[in-house]
Amino acid sequence: MPGTIKKYFPVFVLPTLLAFFLAFFLPFLMGIWLSFCNFTTVVDAEWVGIRNYVRAFSNEDFLRALWFTIRFTVVSVVSINLAAFLLALLLTRGIKGTNLFRTVFFMPNLIGGIVLGYIWMLILNGILAKFGVSLTYDPRYGFWGLVILMNWQMIGYMMIIYIAGIQNVPTELQEAAKMDGATGMQRLRYVTVPMVMPSITICLFLTLTNSFKLFDQNLALTNGAPSGQTTMLALDIYNTFYGRIGWEGVGQAKAVIFFIIVAIISFTQLVLTRRREVES
Amino acid sequence: MKEKKTTGATNRIGVAETGIHPLWQSVWIVILALLSALFLFPVIVVVYNSFKGRLYISDAPFRLPDVTTFAGLENYWSGIEKTGIVSAFGWSSFITVCSVAVILLGTSMTAWYLVRVKNVWTEALYYLFVFSMIVPFQMVMFTMSKVANVLYLDNPLGIIVIYLGFGSGLSVFMFAGFIKSIPLAMEEAAMIDGAGPIQTFFRVIFPILKPTAVTVAILNAMWIWNDYLLPYLVIGSNYRTLPIAIQYLKGGYGSIDMGAMMAMLVLAIIPIVIFYLSCQKYIIRGVAAGAVKG
Repeated sequence: MPGTIKKYFPVFVLPTLLAFFLAFFLPFLMGIWLSFCNFTTVVDAEWVGIRNYVRAFSNEDFLRALWFTIRFTVVSVVSINLAAFLLALLLTRGIKGTNLFRTVFFMPNLIGGIVLGYIWMLILNGILAKFGVSLTYDPRYGFWGLVILMNWQMIGYMMIIYIAGIQNVPTELQEAAKMDGATGMQRLRYVTVPMVMPSITICLFLTLTNSFKLFDQNLALTNGAPSGQTTMLALDIYNTFYGRIGWEGVGQAKAVIFFIIVAIISFTQLVLTRRREVES
Repeated sequence: MKEKKTTGATNRIGVAETGIHPLWQSVWIVILALLSALFLFPVIVVVYNSFKGRLYISDAPFRLPDVTTFAGLENYWSGIEKTGIVSAFGWSSFITVCSVAVILLGTSMTAWYLVRVKNVWTEALYYLFVFSMIVPFQMVMFTMSKVANVLYLDNPLGIIVIYLGFGSGLSVFMFAGFIKSIPLAMEEAAMIDGAGPIQTFFRVIFPILKPTAVTVAILNAMWIWNDYLLPYLVIGSNYRTLPIAIQYLKGGYGSIDMGAMMAMLVLAIIPIVIFYLSCQKYIIRGVAAGAVKG
């Protein structure tokens, strides 16, 4: 039977494959090639070897954006997951109104990054105005502003995944631990947490990649202000491409480095998830 | 399910640690209600600020509108005029609905073929689709917009092709995961009865795919509706989508008209809230199911 299907390649696969080739595969290969070239449009590209990469790594803006992004990612991943896990624990105890609370906590996740950025610009500037400053006054304000925004957006999403994980823990396990005299904390430590480990892995990596790749929120909330000190990697790449003439090649080299970091993170996740699946 | 857990525990051990003692119950409800208020607060502030005069917003955003600051719908009219948000809403809807429909159809067919026809090529193609999921947009943004430009795909119709191509990784992956669990017997029965692959796919397979299709549709719709950079680079500002229209208010180094901004934020949020409240069940389930991809 697969033989009959096989002849239908042009119907089933070709349209999607063609779009995939044009929108992803070709631009991806061109992107790698162009990262070794000097160019302003694609046609005038001239090979310069690894010079773009050297320039990228000696570019202060890039290194500062990288460091900012790493710090932001670490703080966001920890705070989002702690808060989401605690909320999930609360919302799986049969408290009245659980569904309503879940609905509210998840809502910000559906709002797009640009809109989120401007909402929080208003709120944070309103609070900071009481102290006579604004978001763009000090890079620390922008940093914590982005962390708060990211928490507001992602906590509900991660909470949903944790709730699904906690509800899958067999009731018998909890009861058996209880009968053996385990306290609430002990049950959390030795029963709940190990059993929801798969959800924890998923949430850690979802928050990790989403924080690392953040663009829209960064653009709307601070746009790098003051003087580029709150620029994250994705925004720095964008600025290098479209803000500086003659730097397109460096922008593309930065993008390749960015891709490699994201790929390493994703690959680590894949390996960890696979290993866990084998164990269980 | 959570009900079962708590009642089961109470019967044996008593109420102390289960969290449903009436006193604790009310304490937690109060805490959660406060947290909910904190979550809704930013949106509420934006809503009432949209009715204040644009000069009264930045300096005291938490003050409610009063006789002097109330501006009626003035911000809405000026915002609509400045951003063209009405047509942006139309373009966003058109692009999102068409792209999601094309993605659903195209990737489900591709996934079925790749799962059922097993050889080196389909295997390699499958991994190529999976690989594309981990590539960040910045990696291809410049070259993709050039390709789109050269091939006349830089318009609301052409961008559907771009979305199909760039969004196919995740969708093929999710459909393929589900198709692998469908027993072959049903398809074989249909084919023995004389149905060709096309009929078999649409009569037998496609209806079974519905739960996965809902998840794929929701994930893609959320992405495309809120996407800013891709449409901005591919179509530019000739056909503004919603996020582009909102970002447009910021233009250059000038200050933002906060009144128009507040009003446009409200208009951008309303359809999302309606969509969310009307298919909440599917959205939450879909998002939880889609999380597996990581």
